[in-house]
Amino acid sequence: MKDWPLYEVFIRSKAGLHHRHVGSLHAADDTMAIEHARDVYCRRNEGVSIWVVKSDDIVANDPAESDALFNPAENKVYRHPTFYDLPDNVKHM
Amino acid sequence: MDNLKEKAFQDKIDQDTRIEPKDWMPENYRKALIRQISQHAHSEIVGMLPEGNWVTRAPNLRRKVALLAKVQDEAGHGLYLYAAAETLGVSRDDLIDQLHTGKAKYSSIFNYPTISWADMGTIGWLVDGAAIMNQVPLCRCSYGPYARAMVRVCKEESFHQRQGYEILLTLSRGTEAQKQMLQDSVNRWWWPSLMMFGPSDSDSPHSAQSMAWKIKRFSNDELRQRFVDACVDQARILGVTLPDPDLKWNEERGHYDFGEIDWDEFWQVVKGHGPCNKDRIETRVKAYEDGAWVREAATAYAEKQAKRKEKVA
Repeated sequence: MKDWPLYEVFIRSKAGLHHRHVGSLHAADDTMAIEHARDVYCRRNEGVSIWVVKSDDIVANDPAESDALFNPAENKVYRHPTFYDLPDNVKHM
Repeated sequence: MDNLKEKAFQDKIDQDTRIEPKDWMPENYRKALIRQISQHAHSEIVGMLPEGNWVTRAPNLRRKVALLAKVQDEAGHGLYLYAAAETLGVSRDDLIDQLHTGKAKYSSIFNYPTISWADMGTIGWLVDGAAIMNQVPLCRCSYGPYARAMVRVCKEESFHQRQGYEILLTLSRGTEAQKQMLQDSVNRWWWPSLMMFGPSDSDSPHSAQSMAWKIKRFSNDELRQRFVDACVDQARILGVTLPDPDLKWNEERGHYDFGEIDWDEFWQVVKGHGPCNKDRIETRVKAYEDGAWVREAATAYAEKQAKRKEKVA
């Protein structure tokens, strides 16, 4: 039998936190993907909210091109607070 | 070109940077991982069978719900691991097919029969104990999806070992017959559990490369020794004798010495001649075939729902 579509599963472990990728699973449709995600990834109260999305629908950058994508941020030290010299007697900053 | 890529890859590994699915990797690294992760997944799936045997015969409801939960965890562990293997470009369908046709291996320990209730305890204590010893270092394995799956597995596995040990503790405080059942079970499972760590380092064909790639972090013999050292005191508390006359503390090494493993038996079981090899795969295939109509119905339902949605839109 042909495999069912692959879904990526994201779980919010408690209110106030981001959903986080926890793994993937196969399901015949969206409803079954949620049910399987509950059984596979939430057997011990690991979540209060589940997102599932078909893996094919995720758009990702090409890792072979990741240098060109991320390098520009490397030499911009002035974007960090520690770049700026202040005397020790300046408090609360 | 590939040499340069391979060097960059090994540098990443040496710096403990994890490898992720879309990163470049040597073909042999990919193959080694697919082999190991899928074997691991198959072991979880087949590992449900020896215990499934006792779900309906658990001595009380407390033991029954615990055993069911454990078996359900093992199905879950198999699914985490299949998903990790699939990130390397194999299909679930092919993996399952390899198990059912006998092309893929699974842990030999599951080819031994579970003939008494005490075996449920011993499997939790020794078999899951040995599995934990193997699995904890895999949480730091160089391949990201495998390492992450192992973190989940290890978190859940600790309940398995404790529930098994508790079964044995209860038997150890029971009647003479219960104590005998406990000792008999440990006698049968001790040596196969030691075999779970695989052949000695000198006879383990993939070990050196797996260590260089940090798929593996410790050698088979090293992990086996740790397991023996951990078990001796646990056996003492249960009041059972580990069936090895050569087992004794070695002051100089700071470890327990133990007897020679029967490697002929090990290779016999690996090659398919263990007590339950045939039965396990037959049961597995039957379960899969008996479930075919459920999968087909779910597919048909999903298609019908999708069509209905299209019409509305």
